Amino acid sequence: MNPPPTSYTEFHPRWYRSPVSAYWWLRSGTYLAFILREISSVFVAWAVVYLLLLVRAVSRGSGGYRDFLDLSANPGILFLNLVTLFFLAFHAVTWFNLAPQAMVVHAGGKRVPGVWIAASNYTMWAVATVVVVWIILG
Amino acid sequence: MQKRTTLEPFVWLLFSAGGVLAALVLPAFVFLFGLAFPLGWLSAPSHEHLLAVLRHPVTRVGLFLVCTLALIHAAHRLRYTLYDGLQIKHLYEVVNPICYGAAVVGSAAAAYLLFVAL
Amino acid sequence: MADRITLQVVRYRPEQDAEPTSQEYDVPCPKDWVVLDGLNYVKDQLDGTLSYRWSCRMGICGSCGMTVNGQPKLTCATFLADYAPGPVRVEPLRNFPIVRDLVVEMGDFMRKLPTVKPWIVRKEEKPLAEGEYRQTPQELDEYKQFSMCINCMLCYAACPVYGLDPNFVGPAAIALAQRYNLDSRDQGARERLDLLSDHEGIWGCTFVGECTRVCPKHVDPAGAIQRYKLTAALDWLKGFFLPRGAR
Repeated sequence: MNPPPTSYTEFHPRWYRSPVSAYWWLRSGTYLAFILREISSVFVAWAVVYLLLLVRAVSRGSGGYRDFLDLSANPGILFLNLVTLFFLAFHAVTWFNLAPQAMVVHAGGKRVPGVWIAASNYTMWAVATVVVVWIILG
Repeated sequence: MQKRTTLEPFVWLLFSAGGVLAALVLPAFVFLFGLAFPLGWLSAPSHEHLLAVLRHPVTRVGLFLVCTLALIHAAHRLRYTLYDGLQIKHLYEVVNPICYGAAVVGSAAAAYLLFVAL
Repeated sequence: MADRITLQVVRYRPEQDAEPTSQEYDVPCPKDWVVLDGLNYVKDQLDGTLSYRWSCRMGICGSCGMTVNGQPKLTCATFLADYAPGPVRVEPLRNFPIVRDLVVEMGDFMRKLPTVKPWIVRKEEKPLAEGEYRQTPQELDEYKQFSMCINCMLCYAACPVYGLDPNFVGPAAIALAQRYNLDSRDQGARERLDLLSDHEGIWGCTFVGECTRVCPKHVDPAGAIQRYKLTAALDWLKGFFLPRGAR
């Protein structure tokens, strides 16, 4: 039987580096939820633009305001705002749920449980919502 | 790794404040003016009422803060999403000015609309 | 209830392969077997050329981290029966270069870890005559969770930021820095902060949270990093408003 031909083993190890796919965020549900959470920032920006459009409309008198209300009834804008509301809610919920991980509060020598911090965030949200609605509706 | 002079801690504070304000205030606003009023679930307030509300100094300052901080929040998050999503972290010298620049432009518009035009 | 299961194992032999390939092995699947038992069966009975790391087989040494069906897992703590009827894909840990088969090169982490000074830093040691450093249970609780890290690297495999940017210091290193920052005996928080408050340090993290989800010892590196960001930001404010000497 012939011995196998001799060859030198390379000194430098040939490590294999897998390239990261451009679609890494589709690999799991948690990655996808993270990207959606980050995309919500685009809809936050739109909500601010929409708010400024309202301010501009109001400053242009009741005609401008009526035009704004008509614009808001446009089906495309309506759909955009529906999606925006979903993403704003998603942003708020993920933000309030993650806040306890970032903020450790001590009271009387013991750590305040994270659930209480999240609960106080949601309470603030409810109060803020009531205040905003009350101010707008008059 | 060369250390760039970093304002990152400060920007992160603004980002956090913007995230809180956006989460607290914007959903109710979009619900009312984006869905409830156009769909007729609630009747829209009168122009006189809104003008009075918006002209109040507390409202002007409050809305300016909400707009500016929420825009910085969005710019900061978008910047990192572009880094991770499009893998262009090395182009930070282009991406950062575009993101934060847009926020600055939006804040300037907010300042004009809230303090000059109203 | 199947009593055998197929393992699809990644093979990479640098002396003959240009790219990793996959090889299937049929192994028994008793209900108390973990993936590591399956790999040991392959090596002992089917194919002695398979290379992989393992040691304690009880979830404390951190050697046997691999990607099982797409998720970073300790193979000694992952039951085969949970994947019945299979097949079970066993790949090397993600985000690290592959040396051979299921063995990855961890030099990057090993070089980063000492830079965060993961030891008690004292400006002055207490003289021996003054006795030991004492710590209350509350002071222990402050950092105990972060001391549970076994350096298994599952968090690095899960972190998309590290995958995209290998210069990122990473979850475990920052969590270990926090373990010492929060230790009442330590006085090195300033040094670590100056090092880690950097674009490739804590500010590279975007709070995906995947590291915390996969950690087998429940260390919560994501929480450690966010708390560190708050500390760094408040420290920046103090530095901005107060002159350095007053701090």
